[in-house]
Parts: sequence; C-alpha cells; structure tokens
Amino acid sequence: MIHSLFLVNASGDIFLEKHWKSVVSRSVCDYFFEAQERATEPENVPPVIPTPHHYLINVLRHRIYFVAVIQSEVPPLFVIEFLHRVVDTFQDYFGVCTEAAIKDNVVVVYELLEEMLDNGFPLATESNILKELIKPPTILRTVVNTITGSTNVGEQLPTGQLSVVPWRRTGVKYTNNEAYFDVVEEIDAIIDKSGSTITAEIQGVIDACVKLTGMPDLTLSFMNPRLLDDVSFHPCVRFKRWEAERILSFIPPDGNFRLLSYHVSSQNLVAIPVYVKHNITFREGSSQGRFELTLGPKQTMGKAVESVLVTSQLPRGVLNTNLTPSQGTYTFDPVTKLLSWDVGKINPQKLPSLKGSMCLQAGASKPDENPTINIQFKIQQMAISGLKVNRLDMYGEKYKPFKGIKYMTKAGKFQVRT
Amino acid sequence: MTDSKYFTTTKKGEIFELKAELNSDKKEKKKEAVKKVIASMTVGKDVSALFPDVVNCMQTDNLELKKLVYLYLMNYAKSQPDMAIMAVNTFVKDCEDPNPLIRALAVRTMGCIRVDKITEYLCEPLRKCLKDEDPYVRKTAAVCVAKLHDINAQLVEDQGFLDTLKDLISDSNPMVVANAVAALSEIAESHPNSNLLDLNPQTINKLLTALNECTEWGQIFILDCLANYTPRDDRESQSICERVTPRLSHANSAVVLSAVKVLMKFMEMLPKDLDYYGTLLKKLAPPLVTLLSAEPELQYVALRNINLIVQKRPEILKHEMKVFFVKYNDPIYVKLEKLDIMIRLASQANIAQVLAELKEYATEVDVDFVRKAVRAIGRCAIKVEQSAERCVSTLLDLIQTKVNYVVQEAIVVIKDIFRKYPNKYESVIATLCENLDSLDEPEARAAMIWIVGEYAERIDNADELLESFLEGFHDESTQVQLQLLTAIVKLFLKKPTETQELVQQVLSLATQDSDNPDLRDRGYIYWRLLSTDPVAAKEVVLAEKPLISEETDLIEPTLLEELICHIGTLASVYHKPPSAFVEGSRGVQHKRLPARAGSGESTDSPDVSQSVGGATEAAPTVIPSQGDLLGDLLNLDLAPPAAGPTVPPSMQLGAMDLLGGGLDSLLGGDIGGSPAMGAGLGSTPAVMPTSLGAPPVVGGGLGDLFDLGGSVGMPAGAYVPPKSVWLPAMKAKGLEISGTFARRSGVIQMELSLTNKAMSVMTDFAIQFNRNSFGLAPAGPLQVLTPLSPNQTIEVSLPLSTSGPVMKMEPLNNLQVAVKNNIDVFYFSCQYPISLLFVEDGKMERQVFLATWKDIPNDNEAQFVIKDCHLNSDAASSKLQGSNIFTIAKRTVDNQDMLYQSIKLTNGIWVLTELRVQGGNPSYTLSVKCRASEVSQFVYQCYELVLKN
Repeated sequence: MIHSLFLVNASGDIFLEKHWKSVVSRSVCDYFFEAQERATEPENVPPVIPTPHHYLINVLRHRIYFVAVIQSEVPPLFVIEFLHRVVDTFQDYFGVCTEAAIKDNVVVVYELLEEMLDNGFPLATESNILKELIKPPTILRTVVNTITGSTNVGEQLPTGQLSVVPWRRTGVKYTNNEAYFDVVEEIDAIIDKSGSTITAEIQGVIDACVKLTGMPDLTLSFMNPRLLDDVSFHPCVRFKRWEAERILSFIPPDGNFRLLSYHVSSQNLVAIPVYVKHNITFREGSSQGRFELTLGPKQTMGKAVESVLVTSQLPRGVLNTNLTPSQGTYTFDPVTKLLSWDVGKINPQKLPSLKGSMCLQAGASKPDENPTINIQFKIQQMAISGLKVNRLDMYGEKYKPFKGIKYMTKAGKFQVRT
Repeated sequence: MTDSKYFTTTKKGEIFELKAELNSDKKEKKKEAVKKVIASMTVGKDVSALFPDVVNCMQTDNLELKKLVYLYLMNYAKSQPDMAIMAVNTFVKDCEDPNPLIRALAVRTMGCIRVDKITEYLCEPLRKCLKDEDPYVRKTAAVCVAKLHDINAQLVEDQGFLDTLKDLISDSNPMVVANAVAALSEIAESHPNSNLLDLNPQTINKLLTALNECTEWGQIFILDCLANYTPRDDRESQSICERVTPRLSHANSAVVLSAVKVLMKFMEMLPKDLDYYGTLLKKLAPPLVTLLSAEPELQYVALRNINLIVQKRPEILKHEMKVFFVKYNDPIYVKLEKLDIMIRLASQANIAQVLAELKEYATEVDVDFVRKAVRAIGRCAIKVEQSAERCVSTLLDLIQTKVNYVVQEAIVVIKDIFRKYPNKYESVIATLCENLDSLDEPEARAAMIWIVGEYAERIDNADELLESFLEGFHDESTQVQLQLLTAIVKLFLKKPTETQELVQQVLSLATQDSDNPDLRDRGYIYWRLLSTDPVAAKEVVLAEKPLISEETDLIEPTLLEELICHIGTLASVYHKPPSAFVEGSRGVQHKRLPARAGSGESTDSPDVSQSVGGATEAAPTVIPSQGDLLGDLLNLDLAPPAAGPTVPPSMQLGAMDLLGGGLDSLLGGDIGGSPAMGAGLGSTPAVMPTSLGAPPVVGGGLGDLFDLGGSVGMPAGAYVPPKSVWLPAMKAKGLEISGTFARRSGVIQMELSLTNKAMSVMTDFAIQFNRNSFGLAPAGPLQVLTPLSPNQTIEVSLPLSTSGPVMKMEPLNNLQVAVKNNIDVFYFSCQYPISLLFVEDGKMERQVFLATWKDIPNDNEAQFVIKDCHLNSDAASSKLQGSNIFTIAKRTVDNQDMLYQSIKLTNGIWVLTELRVQGGNPSYTLSVKCRASEVSQFVYQCYELVLKN
C-alpha cells in the first residue's frame, strides 16, 4: 500500500513528507527529479516512475507534485485517486491548496494525512467524517483556541463512520433547508480545418449543495433519462432503483458533493454551439503572415455565448503580431508565442473578429505546423445535451425544503484545427 | 496566527528551547511545543533528541496532544527503542479506554511502532480489539494484524491472529470485512502459497454482499480479491458478473478498473452464444471511455490497461476509435498511449479517419509525437492491407515536407512496407533517393542503405549511392556499417561487373580497419562465402526474407492472459508480469485466465504464429504464376528433344521481349547456377587485376575468386572459358556439376564434370535444356555409362545442336538446364560465351562486307573500348581467327591499324566489326554493327575474352 508521501513545489523542493510505514529516505525523490528534468513541460512528467526499490506515483495539482511512494504491487489508480482525494481535502479545509496554505496549517495537514491513511490503507476520506474528527481551521476558531486552549480535534467517534450511510453525519440541523443542483456540461470537441466535427463529446456533472436537516431521502427524476447511458454515481445513489426506474434515489451527504457524472459521446446528440472562420497563412519567402479569425454562434437554442476566450499557440517562427480585434482585448506573448483573445460575449448581429498580420523571422522558412485554436466559452441556463431535471422530491423529513436547479454549458477541450 | 510560526527559530538553538518548552508546566505551552516538533519533523529535520521529553507529554487526556505525541512516536520510536518502552503502559491503558476512538487510536499507533519489544506487549490488546464490540475498533485492529505481520510474521502466526482475521471476513459490518480482506491480501502477497484467502462460494457470497455497502476503497480490496477466485462453472461466473457490473458506474476510477478486471476474467468462462455475454461486452465500453475524460494521470493508467483489453477483446472498443483521437494539449505520455491504441483499433472500416488524424499529428510540434505518428502510418499500412497504398502516398506527402525527422521516420517505415508487400511500391524509391543527403540518424540511414542494396538492380546509380556512404564508413554507427556491408555485397552479387572495387573496399574496411567484432565477423563471412562459393553466397545473401508479421509489438498470448488477470495493477502499466519487477513478492503466483466452460471452443486470442504461417504459405504461389514458362523443363520426359519448327531467330529476338526479367530473377535467385555470377566469374576475370591488394589474411581465397580464369592454359583453337560450378552439391542432393562450353571443329560442346558428393551411387543421368535464344539443344543423350560412385568425378562432353526450340532469354546467352539422375531432377542455369555460335564459314566477301556495312543503319552500331590489350594488330587478328572472327581487310591510317572483321552466327545473323589498334596504346576501339543489335554486347564480351586469354 502507500508507503510515503512527498510534496514537491514548483522549484523542486520537498516541503512536506509523511510516512505511513517505515521511513523512506527522501533521496528516493531524486528519481522523480530526474524524470522532471527530462520532461519538457511540468505536466509531461510520467505519472508512474519506477526506481530500483520503489515506485513513485505522482499527480500535479495547483503546481504542487504529490509524490506517493509504494513498494509492492498496488493498483496505481487507487493511489492516484487517493492523491486526488488528498488534494480535494486540503482545498476543502484551507480554501486553496498551495504551498503556503499547507505550510500554514502543517499540523492539521499532518493530522489529516494520519487520519486518511492507516498503514497505507485508506481510513477516512469522506470530508464529512474528517471534519468531525478534525475541525477545519477558521480564523475565529484559531483565535478562540489560542485563548482558551481548546482543541480542533473531535473527541468522539464520528457517527457516520460506521453507519450504512457513511457519507452523512447525524444530527444535522439547519434553519434554512435548501438543496441546490447544478447541471454543468463541458463539450470536448475537435473541429477540423474545414469546420466539420472530428470528435465531440459531453462530460456532464451534477454537483449538489444540500443543506437539509435530519436524514432526508431525495429522489430526482429526469425528463429524458435515456440520455444517460454512461454514468458514474456518488456512492449514495441507489443503483438498483436507477437500473429499474431511471430515478436517482439517495440520502445526500451534507454540504457540497458531486451526485453524478455522465458522458454523452453519441455524435448526433452533441451540438456544437460556436463556429470559427479562420484564415491563418504564411507565404514562403515572406516575413509576413495573415491572420483572420471570426467567431459565430451556432446551435445555441437562442442562449447567449459568454466569457469567450480564444487562445492559440502560434508557430515558433512568429516574432510578433499586429492584430485588431473588433471587440475585446488580445495579447500575444512573444516568448511563449501564446495568442490570447478575450472576446467576452458573442453578439450574433455583429460577429467578433480578429484580423491582421504576423511578423515572421526574416529569412526563416515558413513554419510547418498549423496552430490549433482553443476556445473557451460559457452558456448559461442550458445543458447542451438537452438533459432536463423533471422533479425533486424529499421523503423522510417533514419540513419543506427550498429547491433550485441551474444549468450551464462550458467548453472543455474545444479545439479547432487550422 | 498560523502554523508557519512553528518554523521560525531563535538564536539560542531550537532544540534547547523546545526542550524547555516541552517540560513546561503549562498544558498550552506543551502543546505548542509538540506542534513545533511535529512541524520540524515534517520538513525532514531531525528532532529525535527530544524523544524523552515528548514521550513525557503522552499521559494526557487532551486528545489532540495525544495524537501529536503518537505521530512523533511513530516516526522516532525505532531510533530510540529503549525509550519507546516507556510508552507501552500508556498504550495498554488506552486500549481499555471507554471511548472507541481512543481504543482504536492506541491499537493503530502501537502497530506502527516497529520495535520488537513493543510488539510483544501489543499482542494482548490486539486480541481484545479484534473482538471488540465496536466495529470501528475491529476494523482498525484488522489492519493492525497486517502491520504486525510485516514486523514479525512468526509472532502473528503463533498467536493465531491469521485465523481471527479470516473469521472477520464473516463479520456483520461490511467495513470490517473490507479491511480484513485488505489485510489478508497484503499478508498473502508475501506468502503466496499460504492459502490465506481460501475462497469458496460462501465467502464469495459474503464478499459480494459487503461489496455493495463498504467504502470505495474497501470495494477495491474486495474486487481485487474476487479476481483471484475461479468460479466452478459458467453459471456461478455469470452470477458474480451480474453482481459486479454495477461497480462500473462508480465515481472512483480505481473501483471501475478493478471491476473491469473481474469481468474480463470471468467473462472468459461464459459461453459466447449466451445473451448475457453480449450484454456484458456492451456494458464494458462506456466505463472505459469515461476513464478517458478524467485527469491525465488517470487517463494514462487507463490507456495502458485499455491497450491490454483491446488486444484481448478488440470488439469491446471497436466503435470507440474517436475517443482516442489526440488533443493537442494532452500530456505527451497520454498522446503516445492514445496513438498506440489507435493503431490497434485500426481496421478497414475506420482507416480513412485514422490516417487523416495521423497525418494531422505528423505536422505537430512535439518531435517525439510526430515521429511516433509517422511510424504509426507505416504500422497501419502493414496492418490493414487495403490501406497500404493510401499510407504510402501519405508518407510520400510527408517526405515532401522535407522536415528532417519526418523524412527519416518515413523512410524507416517504408522499409517495413517494402518487406511486407514486396514488388508493389518500389516505384517510390526514386523519391526516397532524393532525400539521401538529409538523413543523419543511424536508423534512417540504415533503412535507406537496406533499400538501396535490396533494390540495387532497379536503382541505376546504386553503386554511386553506396559509395557515397562508404566515404565516412568509420564515423557511422555499427547499425549503419553492418547494413552498408550487406548492401554492397548484395549489389556485387547483382551487378558483379561494375562493383568489384566497391566490394573489395568495404570488405577491407570491415575486416581490417574496424574494431567492432560483429562487423569483422560479418565481413569475413561474406569474404569467404564470395571466395569459396559465390552461388552459395547468393543464396545466403539474397535469400528470400520471411514476411514481417502484421503487428510486431503484440504481447505474447500467455503473457497477455496473465496481464489481463492483473488489470489495474503496476504490472498492467508496465506490461510485464509482476514476477518480473515487484520487489518483495517472493515467488508470485502466475495467474491464468480460467478456461471457458463447455465445448472445445478455443480462446479468440490473436494468433500471431498462424498469421505468419499463412503469409509464408502464400509466398510460394509466386512461382506457379511463372510455371508455364518452366513447363518444358518440369515435364522432363527425357526423350531426345523434339525438333521444333525453327523460327527465324532474328524475328524471335525482337518479338520475345515480353519474357523479361521475371524468369531470370526467379531462376537466378532460387535455382542452382547463377547467371550473374556466371558472367561475373566466367567472363571477366581479367578485368580484375590480381594486384588489387587483397588483404593478406584471406588473400588466397579472394585471389582464387578473381583469378579463376587466369590459370587455365589457352587451348589451341577457340578460347574455352574454365569450368565453373553450375550446380552446387548442396542444391542437388550431392550432385555437383561444373562445366563450360567449347566449339571444337565446328561442333558445339558442353563439357561437364559431374561429381558425386553424396553417399550413394548415382545412375541414370539425362539432360534437357529449356528453350533458349539460339535454339541450343543436346544433339544426343548424356553419355554417362558407368554409375557414378561416391566421390567420383567424370568428365562428359555433350555435343549440342542449334536446332532446338527458340525463345529469347534475358540475358541473351542464358541457358536453363535440367539434369536428372536416379535421385531427382535438378535445375540450374548457366551462360555460354556467344563465340560458341560463331560458325567457320563466317568470312564475308569484301564487296558484300562494304555493302552490308553501309546497309545496316547507324543506330545499330555500338562502340566499345577494350583496355589493357598489348597485342599488335596481326597477333590480334590471328587470335580472333581461332574463334571464327575473320579479318576481311586491314587499313593503316596515321599509325592506327583498322581491322574489318565479320562473324556469322549459327542462326545466320551476320555481325560486322571494326577494330582499331593504335600502336603503343593498349586500348582498342571496337565498333560492332549488326541487324540484331542485342548481340553487340555479347560480341564485345567475346573479343575481350579472346584477346585477353
């Protein structure tokens, strides 16, 4: 199982280490540093690195490498998932997961890590349970603790730990009972030169924020549940009920959680909400290149496309650009060759465009590679797959909760080849 | 105020100050001090000196302080074992605490203190905790058994903890079950044969029940444990699959992959015609696809596993090609894995899409990725035959980009395509040759050299190309040197006349000037081959190559089966069996997929050997397509040759061109005597001066090779080339035939030496010729009257007639012969000097000569230079006359003698020549005029032979 954990910052310093079995010398990280050096980009470090006596499995989050050391045959996904859980927990506890935040809360971090893993076996990873065992630091509590000498460690065994619903603590009380659900869909797509779709898929999630008193039992039904044929559920969802009736039935965890994530890959169900007209050309022997880009909405069901941001990695030969945006602002970094155009909202009457010329290195041959255009956008109040929640009901408690559902569509990895 | 304050130090010395604080009376100060100690510990500072002071803080009812001290203890107990004993009493006391949290904490911490003396005290509390009323304590204790086992395995066995642990599998609480399974699995890993996890249908049932209710981590342990079980029959297998399938929808990807493992394994037992089998296949695809939308690290592990799954059961993901298309900002390790799977999924149905993508990738920035993409195009060509043409043209497009590394990769893969589809795409060689100069990587250079050598006969300037590589021979990498050596030897065997110098040069570079033993060895082998048995050399060097198999990097089926059993583990990421790399796993058991129940349905694993077998079977079919040409030879009836109608040969010569090289290369390469070698050795020995500087070591051998002709004394009449081996013994079950041709008093004779190198007597010899350019045929039967006993040689002279059936051969003077004896029929081919056919009445009237000379169009005139000939014109004239080349007139202008000569061939063709001999100049100029201009070249060869011998 997981032997040790090292946290490495962007400059390559180990700023925290934790061992769950015997102590593994931090020199084992040298193998990681070697791999890091070989990688051209920080994110290109291979996730699994073999060393003579151990295996290093790492994830990069918030510019911190979480390097787990294992010695025997352990499922790597298990380790990676656990590391993600560690990151999520830190973020949950400290608001951000940065080197500074971890150092500021090093004792809590240590207590958390000890509580999450025993002898390399995960012990308590649910945020509900952890928070009962170790209370998250708040400014108020820190001040009070310092004055009164009280502690932020829970003295009692968390009740949820062993119940059939380990994700929910008992005795939850709220004055305002509310349950909010966000349906968020991300479109991943590759569009080729001519504008036709090579691949497109939707990664959807339903994130919930449930603040309900007691032990509520919720059911959520959809207008079109047949869309969901590839779904991953939070453990709270009763799978049998879903299989039989296509209804989500669950006792929710307290607070924020991801109820389910789903995947729609069938091409005809994926609408492409924006189109791009582009003309990026270089001529042989000329030190100028032409750059033209126009964006327009498409299949948006009348909703506005907002927060549009276009980025593109221009070829290395491009020295500078001289472009005029019809709206928004653009920047070009001559060092990284990254072009970034903050478009804002697309007005269907007056399509945003970015036109002008690019300066190339004099005398250099024309660049071989074609830049890929990356587009980010948001569309409020719409799930692009057409998924719609039908109704939400609550059983088991008497009060009437406030319910809310929000839809949003975003671009995931939305790429246009030129 | 945050914890970062614990990192600040004061001047007095940190340790000193901490010590003072730890011994303070104030609780608060103590706690702060312990926090500082912990903070120092986390960043790797050594605070072990504070051990006694920290342990003193342990006796407290403040849970946080207790926890902090425990944290410290776990880290440093090992370095202070004696002091650690001080803590034992507190632990034992805490194990009796009414608060289950404290009981569990104590037993958990105790297990982490790896000190022998402490473990002894641990046993009693642990036993109690394993039977504790609170499941939280039980589950913690279960893990503690694994910890203790790691420290002292014997102790755990003696105390009977293993049995207690096994009992916990039947615990009422699913979390306890999961932890017991996890602990047992870990212990079992170090004792592979201990049979700890004795799985039977009852325990399996308990595990399946617990599976639904335990935490995600517990589910992983249980699923991994289930995967080790072998169901009794397909019904049990199906029921387990049914209960595991819901796990495919879990949010935790490790749970999903472990479930996939169980299903992949148990599926093996289901009959394929079962409806459920198809349903299951369909259910497996979506979760695998979903894994690819997760974080890149997860994607990587998933992709490595999908790579295995796709090899085992390609049908699962065959429609999901698109999810493996590469996004430009994927990390490189994800890109490379996706590419690999794309090739595995490539089929006729989706190849167009795949190729379009690959072409797109080939223009990306990342060099490693671009290279792999180009290589992938080649692999597609080899995998999907229908796409080969498209792939080749895509590769050519890429070569046109002139991007250096793209060109080099493309050439490397085109080499493989040539090998997979011989004689199909060689037209692109010219384009490849254009890029010769840009190749700077050994692999690409070697590939290019291989192509040049392999197709030397189609590349006009092959010798120049190879020569250009030879210049920097010693700076090349070994790979290139070896390839260059082989290529030049191939070239020599194919074009012996022009490349002797080159082959000499490379052989001496390889054998004398190189320090590399491989290179030297290969050089010597070639050298000896060439010098002792050129025909064998040809067989060895130009042997038919086995076709390359469809996919070269498929995992071997038994390994694949084992890896499928290890889906989701490190083994699956490295594609190696766990025994190959996992440390501490003493004698890992090899896992196997269960056999399918029921009928003898074989597994559908890709059968590499079969596909190779199929390919080689297909190869011989090349020959029958040419079989009709050989018909006469094969249907050897051994009757005297039927005198077919004699068609005027001059017409035949022009008409029969279509027979071309096919037969020649077929016979030349595969059957017996080699025409090229024959020509090379028989007709040109004098071209190669023996003074060429053969290296001393093997000089003798090489000398023999190039000197074959020189030692034979000149016969009185026409020149007779020395005998050469036409049919080596190894090709003819021990019969070796060497021979030559002679024209003696108007009769053409084939002079043969038959040697019996076999162990048994040979009898019943007979001979027959295939149709040939000049209608040569045996004039009588082969006169071998006595049986040929082992090691005996007999000389036979076979008179030939020129009235046999005519067919134009390539080269013109090629003769295909079949010889039969009591053992078998053997085929070989040889070449005869055309002077054989010069008839005695070939002297033309002067007037006729002049008229004919003028009559023959100038296009038919060919000029040759005969070098290094030191005869004067009269001597030359008389020498030529011996071979029926008649001088009709002689003219002397400006110290230059001009001999006008005529020759008549057996088939009535006249050849007129003009030989210019300049006094003091050893070079003669020969002009040949003939209506059948194909003959000119051979006439020139005869002049060379005759004048120089």
